[in-house]
Amino acid sequence: MKPPPFHYHDPETVSDAVGLLSRLENPKLLAGGQSLMPMLNMRYVLPDNVIDLNKITALSYLREENGALMAGAMTRQRDLEFSDVVAKRHPLIKEAILNVGHRQTRNRGTVGGSLCHLDPSAEIPTVALALDATVTVAGPKGNRDIAMADFPAGYMTPAIEPDELLIGIRIPAWPQGHGHGFVEFSRRHGDFAIASAAALLEEDANGKITRASLTIGGVSKVPTRMRDVEKALVGQIASEDVFRAACEECRKMDALEDVHAPANYRQHLATVMSRRALMAAHGRVGGRA
Amino acid sequence: MSGDTRNITVTINGKTYKEEVEVRFTLADFMRQQLGLTGTHLGCEHGVCGACTILFDGLSARSCLMLAVQADGHEILTVEGIAPSADELHPLQEAFRDNHGLQCGFCTPGMLTTLIEFLRDNPDPTEQEVRIGISGNLCRCTGYQGIVAAALDAAKRLRDAK
Repeated sequence: MKPPPFHYHDPETVSDAVGLLSRLENPKLLAGGQSLMPMLNMRYVLPDNVIDLNKITALSYLREENGALMAGAMTRQRDLEFSDVVAKRHPLIKEAILNVGHRQTRNRGTVGGSLCHLDPSAEIPTVALALDATVTVAGPKGNRDIAMADFPAGYMTPAIEPDELLIGIRIPAWPQGHGHGFVEFSRRHGDFAIASAAALLEEDANGKITRASLTIGGVSKVPTRMRDVEKALVGQIASEDVFRAACEECRKMDALEDVHAPANYRQHLATVMSRRALMAAHGRVGGRA
Repeated sequence: MSGDTRNITVTINGKTYKEEVEVRFTLADFMRQQLGLTGTHLGCEHGVCGACTILFDGLSARSCLMLAVQADGHEILTVEGIAPSADELHPLQEAFRDNHGLQCGFCTPGMLTTLIEFLRDNPDPTEQEVRIGISGNLCRCTGYQGIVAAALDAAKRLRDAK
């Protein structure tokens, strides 16, 4: 089991990488390698050219800007895991990141790699969607922004052109006092989630929900914002019964079916994971727990 | 070598190697086949079993999921570099021996490298933290009980040694 022969390129700037991407035959971008390398080892992918992004130091950063988290495409998942800003201002990301693979894979795996690989069960695209993030891609015509809501074009397919590469993501923070919850169901710790849910809630002093965000991962072909559930929740007094009733909507999701779970089981899990994520978020509103 | 190659310089367990390597070679294959450092084991070769775990600039990584060319200019620690000398075991290795932390030994190189990083970052872990810490390493002999006991014992030995 060995990668097929390829030509190797390791550009040091984004513009060099974009140039190579436009010019080379059948290229593949190598970020953290935690998905591409297995596919190369098993020869699921046979690129003529591998463009390694690891020397583009400008793509590795993590900072707060106008209340939003700015992360580079080559920022390691580990950097999110150990960031004080993430822990303090983006607790949903912190909770989700601990479900991304294992320490050994988070040390190498990148934010951009996970976003572009766009596995339906991947945690980073799921929370990015939940938080209304915006990604920036670079191409021959310059940079452009894509809202996370428009980013998944289909199963494991981001809405970017073959000559474009993702360079960073901007993740707005929710105000202090919001509640968050990320839960997932997998057979073993670190396995791909069969279903996951990311929830964010704001409530007024009487416990009335004023803002809600709910995203399901692992169930459909792409991570999915549950706008109807969110709408049903706003204005209601938060309780487990309210969540349970609203989350029934998740049973209608167009669900994947594979060796891990049939569609109806995933749909069932979607309702359960949603309720649990919302309950966790509710329990944390206003700094409770 | 049939495909494109590059010259790399890499430091493994304190020793510097200058080698010409095929660009498609994984770091694990390079170390095992080209350098003869067969302590790092290859189980699944797609990032699931953890047997090939090494420390790359001090951080655990799966050497089957890296290319050898990516190690150019970097420092690596493998299981061969853990013990202080040829006749002395590292406290973590001693704890594995004393707690039945291994049977066939296939997963051990990855368990040890993973736990070196884990115990460095978390010198006084709970049992649950140890279990999560080694969740990326598969063992088919021990049922993990001995490994968890060894990790907790090693943590104590390392703390006492300070």
